[in-house]
Amino acid sequence: MNIMNLINALPGAAAQGLIWGIMAIGVCLTFRILDVADLTVDGTMCTGGAVCIMMMQAGFGVWPSMLAATGAGMLAGLATGIFHTFMGIPAILAGILTQLSLYSVNLKIMGKANQAINVSQYDLLVSLRYIKGVAFYKNTIFVVALFILVLIAVLYWFFGTELGCAIRATGCNSSMSRAQGINTNFNKVLGLMVSNGLVALSSALLAQYQGFADVNMGRGAIVIGLAAVIIGEAVFGRIFKNFALRLLAVALGSILYYLVLQTVIWLGIDTDLLKLLSALVVAVFLAIPYWKGRYFSKPVKRGGNKNA
Amino acid sequence: MLELKNIHKTFNPGTINEKVALNGLNLSLDDGDFVTVIGGNGAGKSTMLNAVAGTWMVDEGQILIDGEDVTKLPEHKRAIYLGRVFQDPMTGTAATMEIQENLALAKRRGKRRLLSPGITKAEREEYVSLLAPLGLGLETRLTSKVGLLSGGQRQALTLLMATLKKPKLLLLDEHTAALDPKTAAKVLDLTETIVNRDHLTTIMITHNMRDAILHGNRLIMMWEGRIVLDIRGEEKKHLTVNDLLQQFEKASGEQFANDQALLG
Repeated sequence: MNIMNLINALPGAAAQGLIWGIMAIGVCLTFRILDVADLTVDGTMCTGGAVCIMMMQAGFGVWPSMLAATGAGMLAGLATGIFHTFMGIPAILAGILTQLSLYSVNLKIMGKANQAINVSQYDLLVSLRYIKGVAFYKNTIFVVALFILVLIAVLYWFFGTELGCAIRATGCNSSMSRAQGINTNFNKVLGLMVSNGLVALSSALLAQYQGFADVNMGRGAIVIGLAAVIIGEAVFGRIFKNFALRLLAVALGSILYYLVLQTVIWLGIDTDLLKLLSALVVAVFLAIPYWKGRYFSKPVKRGGNKNA
Repeated sequence: MLELKNIHKTFNPGTINEKVALNGLNLSLDDGDFVTVIGGNGAGKSTMLNAVAGTWMVDEGQILIDGEDVTKLPEHKRAIYLGRVFQDPMTGTAATMEIQENLALAKRRGKRRLLSPGITKAEREEYVSLLAPLGLGLETRLTSKVGLLSGGQRQALTLLMATLKKPKLLLLDEHTAALDPKTAAKVLDLTETIVNRDHLTTIMITHNMRDAILHGNRLIMMWEGRIVLDIRGEEKKHLTVNDLLQQFEKASGEQFANDQALLG
């Protein structure tokens, strides 16, 4: 075990963590704001990359390709939203249905199980090769970090608007929202679309980074996303209260996840077991609030004066 | 102001849980009426309010608010006309959002929500001046999450939200039932103040017969999904709890088997 191997692998892990961080922010929007665990993302995490790679192969530039990828993700969110609201299917099942459909859709987009793109022939925004020995503004870590900051700024603004507030209210208390004239079904669909758009964008970046899109690249994405959300909240939750900072915590959580993953690989664990480990870690972290409430509950201190 | 014509609603039709909740309900409210509603459990009181609010669609009948037929209008579209306060203090507010954000949501009831700011600076000052008279100290805690408030504070806030944009009709569904007696009295006082100030047409369900007699200009009693007693004006002023119990037995042919109503 040479420590230099680990150190050399860390920038790559950080870059990957940042790219998955965008995906995790998407998961955070549905999981924390809409209060839905949206399993669509396992499919969307391939769709975005597939659309991006195929568009670039067809001669489109990197920006239009990524825009189209984001749009494709939003369509996937729309499908889940319609399953859930218009057809009354429980959110988890609606996500699974879209995810399964997307497997076929992704195969049709790519024509086969995977499609590669060569960094020396195409002008990519991010790549494995752009980690070391390139100008800083071309460095993948810098580019994706900038991307995340801009996205967080836009999301912070959006969730402060009337529409954004309505989406937050919908996730928090839907009967109250309807009583205040909010169309909760519309907002759920919109929230799912925004979330899946972000996931597809992340997927488009990931496909460029690794140089290929693969029909299995999204498998277990929801677990990685949830892991990032939970790690971010556990590590930074006490100091990051503001909405923008909470989203930043999710992105940082994703980086931490990949750094830990890289370290575990370096320690020589059988990589076949990684998904099992990830799932167990997420399961334990999800259980902590429940255990806390059940076995270590303290009387909740309430604010305000008593004679309300 | 409000007209309910021959409303029928059956839950779980065709199953062993079938329950006829509203059975040919007719009610007509004048502008400015403050109606209190009493009746035993399962009499259809809350069901009537939910029918008006559009929580689900009625099986039969017609609902008019201010002359407009809203029978087929979904819940969020009817909200333009309605202010609602629920029995459970948790239902009326968004716990993870700030006090001022909750008020801002209510202020935009009936408005298209687009990309303009969810709350403006001018509004904040308005909310301070609205919250201060409540005497609950909420005016200094605009950015506190509503989840930190007590049940009474939440009901007072919900009441404020329901009436922030003057509704054509205020629906109060046992909004003091979950509060301790002292807090309940305070919230009822506030209700009375707001209703009188804005001349709101109001329907208030209560389990407490004394409150039902004390408040409003009209009292209706429900039984098996219908209105069996409708007392207004002078007659209502002289009403006693005993009168009501006798009237109920006469109308329904059974004992009013509800401790809460008797003890109230």
